[in-house]
Order: sequence, then structure tokens, then C-alpha cells
Amino acid sequence: MTTLAILILAIPLFMFLLLGLLGMKMSHKLAGWLGCLGMGTTLVLAYTTAFTYYFDPEYTSEIGQRLQVLLFNETWLQFTEKLVINIGFLLDPISALMLVVITTISFLVHLYSLGYMEGEKGFQRYYAFLSLFSFSMLLLVVATNIFQMYIGWELVGASSYLLIGFYYTKHSAVSASKKAFIVTRFADLGFLLGILILSFYTETFDFITLTSNPDAVLTRFGGATFMGASALTWALILIFTGGMGKSAMMPLHIWLPDAMEGPTPVSALIHAATMVVAGVFLVARMFPVYLLDFDATLFIVCVGGITAFYAAMVACTQIDIKRVLAFSTISQIAFMMVSLGVASDGMGIPSHHGLGYMASMFHMFTHAMFKALLFLGAGALIHAVHSNDYTAMHGLRKYMPITHVTFLIGCLAIAGIPPFSGFFSKDEILAACYHWHPFIGLWMSMVAGLTAFYMFRLYYLIFWWKEHKVEHGHTPHEAPLPMRIPLIFLAAVSVVAGFIPFGHFVTWDRMPYDIHLDLAVAGSSIGIALVAIFIAYKMYCHENNAPAKMKAALPALWDWCHHRFYWDELYMFITHKIIFGLICKPIAWFDRHIIDGTMDAFAIVTNKASYAIRGLQSGQVQMYVWVYLIGALLLAAVGIICVF
Amino acid sequence: MEITLIYWLVPTLVMFCCGVYGFITRKNMIAILISLELMLNAVDINFALFNRYLHPEMMEGMFFTLFAIAIAAAETAVAIAIILNIFRSVKNVDVQGIDQMKF
Amino acid sequence: MFSNILIYFVVIPLLMLAGLALCKNIKQIRAVAVVGSLALTALSVYLLVDFLALRAAGDTAPMLYLGSWEWFGPLNINLSVGVDGISIAMLLLSSIIVFAGSFASWTIDQPKEFFLWLILLSTGVFGFFISIDLFTMFMFYEVALIPMYLLIGVWGSGRKEYSAMKLTLMLMGGSAFLMLGLIGIYYHSAPVGAERTWDLLEIARNGSISTGWQYFLFPMTFVGFGVLGAMFPFHTWSPDGHASAPTAVSMLHAGVLMKLGGYGCFRVAIYLMPEAAHDLAWIFLVLTGISVVYGAFSACVQTDLKYINAYSSVSHCGLVLFAILMLNTTAMTGAIMQMLSHGLMTALFFALIGQIYGRTHTRDITKMGGLMQIMPYLSVCYVIAGMASLGLPGLSGFVAEMTIFVGSFAHTDMFHRVFTVLACCSIVITAVYILRVVGKLLFGPVQDEHHRQLTDATWWERVSTVTLIVCVAAIGCFPNFFANLIRATFTPEIFTVLGLN
Repeated sequence: MTTLAILILAIPLFMFLLLGLLGMKMSHKLAGWLGCLGMGTTLVLAYTTAFTYYFDPEYTSEIGQRLQVLLFNETWLQFTEKLVINIGFLLDPISALMLVVITTISFLVHLYSLGYMEGEKGFQRYYAFLSLFSFSMLLLVVATNIFQMYIGWELVGASSYLLIGFYYTKHSAVSASKKAFIVTRFADLGFLLGILILSFYTETFDFITLTSNPDAVLTRFGGATFMGASALTWALILIFTGGMGKSAMMPLHIWLPDAMEGPTPVSALIHAATMVVAGVFLVARMFPVYLLDFDATLFIVCVGGITAFYAAMVACTQIDIKRVLAFSTISQIAFMMVSLGVASDGMGIPSHHGLGYMASMFHMFTHAMFKALLFLGAGALIHAVHSNDYTAMHGLRKYMPITHVTFLIGCLAIAGIPPFSGFFSKDEILAACYHWHPFIGLWMSMVAGLTAFYMFRLYYLIFWWKEHKVEHGHTPHEAPLPMRIPLIFLAAVSVVAGFIPFGHFVTWDRMPYDIHLDLAVAGSSIGIALVAIFIAYKMYCHENNAPAKMKAALPALWDWCHHRFYWDELYMFITHKIIFGLICKPIAWFDRHIIDGTMDAFAIVTNKASYAIRGLQSGQVQMYVWVYLIGALLLAAVGIICVF
Repeated sequence: MEITLIYWLVPTLVMFCCGVYGFITRKNMIAILISLELMLNAVDINFALFNRYLHPEMMEGMFFTLFAIAIAAAETAVAIAIILNIFRSVKNVDVQGIDQMKF
Repeated sequence: MFSNILIYFVVIPLLMLAGLALCKNIKQIRAVAVVGSLALTALSVYLLVDFLALRAAGDTAPMLYLGSWEWFGPLNINLSVGVDGISIAMLLLSSIIVFAGSFASWTIDQPKEFFLWLILLSTGVFGFFISIDLFTMFMFYEVALIPMYLLIGVWGSGRKEYSAMKLTLMLMGGSAFLMLGLIGIYYHSAPVGAERTWDLLEIARNGSISTGWQYFLFPMTFVGFGVLGAMFPFHTWSPDGHASAPTAVSMLHAGVLMKLGGYGCFRVAIYLMPEAAHDLAWIFLVLTGISVVYGAFSACVQTDLKYINAYSSVSHCGLVLFAILMLNTTAMTGAIMQMLSHGLMTALFFALIGQIYGRTHTRDITKMGGLMQIMPYLSVCYVIAGMASLGLPGLSGFVAEMTIFVGSFAHTDMFHRVFTVLACCSIVITAVYILRVVGKLLFGPVQDEHHRQLTDATWWERVSTVTLIVCVAAIGCFPNFFANLIRATFTPEIFTVLGLN
């Protein structure tokens, strides 16, 4: 197992170095297939590892609890005797789950890109970056300590930066990548401070030490407070801030829609299925510690709840199909966050047997599959019409039947229609929310309804609305084979994944249990979803003026939603006007004119003074004698006065 | 009337002051040089006087006077050479015009 | 005398000087520079291996390879040498940067004179790092500073005379403080009646500088070295000086000379006067804390590549002094690692900037764009340098900064906390200015169509950049090796004095 673990990390890293250093000497085909081969091998190894972990009784204790296994754990950097960064491999239910998700999606994206990126300049570089990303993401999820996670966290951020800016000659791609990096960097500052606080009190980075004995953590903190809140709350909220940045929670969500500038397969891999759920994964990993502090979990629920609603509203008005999917991703991740938050009852024990925790992980899994499917489908559409806007698409169902069917499956899954996978996971989340507080349950049900509405709005506008207008004699055509295989595979997974007895694999205390549907919640949410789909059908299936009417009826709301509630403008104002205009520029001016001016002033004063004094050296010998004479007489006078 | 030291000192003082006055007021460098000689000679006389009146048994003052005269002669030779060269280059021996070597 | 290995760090540069004097053409000059710097690198690597072997064998003396030869008896001035982990790390850094710098100045004008001064400068640097006698240390320090004037004034660009004068005068001003401090230390180096000494180890052992005098001498020495370490508000020589200096000089200056400041602050100011360091640290913490953030903010709005980098150096070197003043093992280890890391990556930056400038003849980022399409090799290296600078794990910046932050956070009082958080903020601002440059300079459309004819790096430029990148990655990937090497130096005595861990 240890060898497997090392290989899982080493192969993508090796592929990155190989393709990065020698890629330019390779043909596109060779680089692409090498990338796929590397990822395929990793996929096989990861599946073997996960399968062994879940089904080999060696990894369960006598009472049936799944164990946390350290496959290796080597010192990387030692700070003090207790604070040590290790690089290791922690195998437990959630990391095994993530291994499966990451390698699956990553491999499919590698395959898909063979078709999608064909002939692009920098093809080899693209595969190198994909490998780098896979390595970093795997490093993140198998982290044995919070600092290793931070390392992976930074590395995925950098590879995301490189991939968003893949089309680096495009101005918009460059600024989007910059924005993504800086916004997440800002969040990482919070993460770092959180780590510092947590490690200062607990004197460890190690996850197992932290989570196996949460009471010890509480004792260690010993009721330290800062500005009215306990130090533990601060640490947990700051760590969660890191998660907010990566998982695009409000108000740090602004980078994700722009990140759609990257190639579409990248969006599917990084910005839908894997990296953006890192925040959820982080909270899940630290869950026993979060249980200790109700303020922090309440904060998570609030942020998640608001974000879910906000993103769903915005998704209803976007034109760019990738942006709709991006906001949908934000909203769905917020679901997972809320679900994690409601798993805590505030008493240090998880509510309802940690249902929310399991539901969150379940949704993370199903969402990764169907959202990757939707993104890859969107990629196929964009590949066909060379535009991101649905206005260029309308009525594509006849031209691209496979894409149509798979996209529809994705929409049904996300809308929560049985028997597709999204139904099961979302049902668990809603059930957990209703158990926690009816208000949050109703709120999330409403968001679920909105989800169904905007997804089917998108679906109808792409595939129906009106007959496709063929422009410039260019008929849209179905995607090539390497792109179709991932679509079909993911669609198949989205259909069946809901029937996995997830409670047997992932629970908060690693004790397997049977999940069961909450019929009242399931019934009502199916009802809401069907109604929402029906409204979408009425409004968008055939060309009519209902959307225009609705827009005219609520102009302000439409405007705010369409402009994403002006968050980007607010950020632009803060960064450009306040940070650049009121901090950086004055500081630079101050440095050049005040500080440097003072230094120059010393030089100038010395210079001026010597010019002034040198006039005394007039060259008039007789002048010197006068001065000498007067000086001598004065000295004599002083001498005489002193003597007498 | 006995000729005491003071009778000698007053004329040398007058002589010295004349030298100083001349040094400060004259513009011609040759005249300045002459004033300088006046001052030097006044001092030389004083050396000899003090030696004669205060320590007649010793000879240092006399020797010092001789040295000073020798040095004054050398110095005058150098000064005259400088003045001549200045005159050659600027056709003038007015001391107030010669300030190129200031600063 | 020549049986001591350390003395060869001065002998080899002197031999190089002699060799250069005999050189007749550029090929010979290059040969001398490359062979000499390779010899220095080999020597420092050998020293490292040997040192580790000695330590592993259980030699726990604070400094190894001690040697002392009388120079001027009446004033007790000796040529004393000795090294510990920190000095070895610095020697390694210096020799690598001299090596890379030789390749970076492959086609300089008047090569003979240039290399003569450059090697003289490195003689000073190496001499400084091996000395443990305060007087000879100071002498080597001055030897390292003076050639800078000529190197910038003659081979520089832009307002070179102004910059050279400014740099030299400000650093000389620092030296004046420093000399005052060192002489003060000398007069209190031994208990009354005993013979005075310039020897660092003996002074530390004697511990006879009274607290009152420490309050005076500590600021003197700290400011004196701090000027070279670009401490706010004495940092303004750095932007102008770097902007005007030729490539190799910028590399050596930012890479090694600024480290002399940090090293001196630790080795002299804090090591000899720990009580004053403990009591007065807060003043300098405020100044260096400002440096860190202030430098980073200033870098955000500059348009000249070298100015951006110079301000970034102010920020990073500020972090070095900041960490030293935290007075605990972790933070100080981080400080030394930051010195290594900053030395390597800034040298890399300046090498790349010089190479880009050599092609485009401008350093104004508003006049360039899309260089990635024109010179991919240089651009990729620039991105790597940028990533190292903003602290990407796997490159050197990350490990150094994290060690510093973890160490600084060990202080529990509000004052240290606030400044630690402030220093942490610099990681975001660094990202802003690095990505701004990378976005404007390397990505985007080509700004100036004339640039399309430009060529990518030549082999000697590749040698110099690859050397530095490999070192940056080595520290980033295997930090524990360096951390252990450095940590062994922080003897418990100094911390017992401070009453800290």
C-alpha cells in the first residue's frame, strides 16, 4: 500500500516534470497520450487503494469503525520539536473518496482534452499543468497535517492560475487568472493565520492528533479570547476563510465566474469537481474540531446559506453558459457547506448522527460527477459553435444528440429528480437542514427549486427555444470520440451513483450505517423541482416573450442579478481606488519625496553649505591677513581677560 | 641715560607695524614682499636683543637670527621668482587681481 | 596559516585578481572568472560536507576551523577566522552567486577592469563571512562596499553617477555608525584590567559590556548593518542603486551584499549584546515591520522592473531583520533561510531583468508586453522567479516565510502579534505586484512589434539562470537539510540570556 501511495503522488509529479521540461521537443500526440497514460496509471492505482481500503477488513476495527491509516509520513521541515511539517499519506474514508473523484475526473479530462485541445498552441504545456494540478490536488487530499494541506492548497492555486491563464495572449484570461490567484491568496492569508493560531495553542499540525481528541484541543486553548470571541472561534473562522476563498463563498466568490476564461475541460476539472470543493474538504477534515465551536459552525451555515441563494439568483440571468454553470457550482458548494454546518448541534456532538457530514460528502461526490458532465457538455457545445453564449446555440438538439442527452441527464441530476444521483444526495442535505432548523430547511428547498429552474432555463435555451440558425454554412457537429467517451461515462455514473449506500463508506465517525430517504422531504423537493422545471419549460421551451416580460416586470432585480449584485464593481473600487489610489501611490510618493527627499536633503544641504563657506577662501591674501590679525588680537584679548 | 631694552623694542615694534600696514594696504606684490622683509627683520632684531639683554651668556638668539636671515633670503628668492612668473603670465603684479587659485 | 581551509576563501579571489591582471583577451578573462568561481563553489561545498561530518562526529564548539594570526599587536588586531552553519550557508550562497554573476556578465564592456572590481568585491564578501575578528570583519566589509561605487559609476546605466554616489554615501554613513559601535565594543570587550580583544567569541564569552553601554552600542551596530540590510527609513539607496547597476552587480549586491547586513545584525549586534537586543528590539521591530509592508506596497505601483525588484527586496530583507529581532530559534532559522532564499531568487530576478533589458533596451513594463511569445525561456524563468518570490511551496520563498511566521507567532503579547499579522499580510501584497508584472510583461499581446525580432537566451545566460533555479528549488524541496544546518548554530547561551525558550 505504501508503494501505491508513493506512486499515486509521484507519477503525476513525474509527468509534470517530464512534460514541462521536455514537452516542447515532443509532438502533440505523444505528449497527450503520455499525459493520459500517466493519469490512467494513477487512476488504476488510486482505485486499487480506495477499493482495498473500503473492502479489506484489515482497515476496519473490531467494532466496525473504519481506521485512519498513515501510509507514510516523512519529516519535511521541522520548526520546533513539536511543530513539524510532514509530507505523508493519510488514508481514511474522505481521502479515499477524493482519490477516486480526483483521478476519475482528471483522467476523463485528460482524455477529453485530446479532442478539445487538438491543435492548440502549447498543447504539451497544457498537459504538464494538468499533471501538476493532479499532483497538487492529490497532495492536498491525502495531507496528514494541516500544513501539508496548506502546501497542496497553494500548489493547486498556482496550477489553477497557470491553467486559467492558459490562453495567455488574451487579455481577459490574464486578468482572470490574476484575479483568481490574488483573491484566493487573500483567503489563504486567513488560512495561514488560522493555522498559526491553532498550532500555537495545540502545538501540533497533525490531523489525527487534532481530531482524535477534540477535548484536548479545547483544554489547550484554555478559554483564550481575543476581541470578544474565543481564540478557537478565531482560528476556526480564519481557517474557514481559506476554504471560502477556494470554494468561492461570498464575498470571496468573485474569481470563479471569471476563471471560466480557462479552457473548458479545466473548468470541469478544477472549477467544478475538485479544487473548488477543497474548502468543503478542509472543513470536513477538521470536522471534530469544528464541532467544538458553535459560533464557527453557525458562521459556516450563514455564509453557505447566503451564498447558495445569491449564486442561484445570479445564475438565472447569465448569458454565458459557462458562467451559469460557475454560479451553479458556487451554489452547490454552498449546499455542501451548509450541510457540514448543520451537522453540528452546538453541543460538541453531531446532530442526527452527523447526517449533514455524510450528506455533504455524498453531494460532493455526485456533484463532481454531474457538474463535470455539464461542463464537458458545455465544452462540446462551445467546440461546436465557437461561442460561450446561449444566444449562438438555440435549438442544437438535432445536431448534437449525444451531447443533448448527456446534458439533460446532468440537468436532471442537479435538479434533484429521481433516480438521478443528485436527488439522493440533495435529499440527505435537505433532511439534515430540516432536522437542524425548519427555516434553514425551507431556505435550502427554495434554493433547490431555483437550481432546477435555472438549469432547465439553460437547457431549453441551448437545445430548444427556436430552430438553430446555421451561420456561414457552418453546421454544428457532434464532438469527436475522445470527447464523447467521458460524456457518456459521466452520464452513466450520474444515473447510478445515487444508489451507492454512501453511509457505509463515509460518515463523520467512520462508523458505517444505512441511509434512508426522508419521504416527506423527498416528496416535497421533487414537487418543488417539477414545478420549477415546468415554469422553465413554459418560459423557455419555445420562443416567446415571457422572459422579456419578466425582465420588464422586475427591472431592478434583473439588473442586480445580471450584474452579479455589483460585487465585481465593488471589488474594483476597493482594489483600484482605495488600495492602489489611496495606499500604494501615496506610499510610493512618500518614499520618493519624503524619505528619499530627506536623504537627498542631507546631501544638498552639505553641498550648499560648502558652496557658501568657500566664498571665504577669496584668494585675497590681504584679506586673510586681516582675518588673521583680528583673530590674533581677539585671542590675545581673551587671554588677557582670562589672566587678569 | 642707560639704553634699556625698551628703547630698542619700540623702534622694532614700529618697524613691525609698518610691515603689517604695508602688507595689508599695498597692492604691488613687490611692495608686499618688502613689507614682509620689514616684519622679518623686526623680529630678527628682537631675537638678537632678547638674547643680548636677557641671556647674554647664551648664543641661541644670535644663531636663530642668522638662520632666519638665511631662510628669509631663500624665501625672497622664491617669492621673486613667483612674482616674476605671475607678471609674465598676466602682465600685472596687483595682488587683488591674482585670485585664480582661490577655492 | 595556509593549513586552515577558510583562508582559501580569500586566497582564491586574490589569485583570481592576479590572474585577471595577466589576462590579454576576453576568453582568458572568462576562463579565470569561471574557473575561480567554480573553485570557490567547490570549496564551499567541500567545507559544508566536512563541517557536517565534524558535527556528526560530535564536535559541538560554536565555531569550527578556528584560526588566528596577529596583524597589529598593539591594538590586538588579528586575522581570526572561524565558521558555523550560518557562515557556511552564506559562503555557499556567495560562491553560487559569483558563479552565476560571471556568466551573467559574459559580454560586458571593458571586461578586465569590471571583473577586477567584481572579484575584489567578492574578496570582501568572503572575507567578511569567515572573519570572527571585529576589526578585520569591518575591513572586509569596507572592501566589499567601495568597488560598488566604481562598478555602478562606470558600468551602470541611467543616472549612474547619482546612484553610485548615493549608494556609497549612504552605506558609508552606515559604516560610520558601525565603526563607532565596533570601537565601543572593543573598549568594553574585556573586564576592567584584562586585555581587550576584537574576537567575537571571546567578547561573547566575557560578556563584559554593561547594559548601559549596550543601549548605546546596540542601536549603533544595528543601524550600521541595517542600512545595508535596507531597513526603513535607510533603504532609499536600494531602488536607485539597483536600477543603475549592471546586471552582475545587482545580482551580487542584492544577492550577497544585502545579506552582509542581516548577517552582521545577527552576528555582532544581537550575539554580543543580547540584553539590549531584548530591550530595544521593539523599536527596530516597528521599523522592520514597516519595511515589510511598505516595500511591498511601494512595489505595486512602480513601472521600472528593477525598481519593483528593489522594493521587493526592501520588503523581503525587512522580513529577515524582523525575524532576527524575534529572538527565538525558529524565527532566526527562518531569517537565515530567507537570506538564502532571497539572495538566490533576487539574483535570478536581476539576471533575468538584465537579460531582458539587454534585448529590449527598456525596463519600463508599460512599454513591453507578451514577451512569453518572443523569449519563452526567459519568460518561464521569470515566472519561476516570481513564484518563488510570492512563496509557492516547492520553491525557496515558502519555507523561509513559513518558518519566520511560525517563529514570530510564538510571542504571546499583543505588540508582536500585531506585527506578525502585518508581516503575514505581505504574502498577499507580494502576490499582487508579482502577478502584475508577470501579467503585463510576459502575458498579453505583444506591445512593441520591434520586439518580435528579439532572440531567446544564449547558452551562458541559460547557465546562470539554471544554476540559480536549481538552488531555489533545492531549498524549496529539501528545506530540512538547510534548516538543520542553520539551527545547530543557535547555541542555547544566547537564548538563556534572553530568558526565552
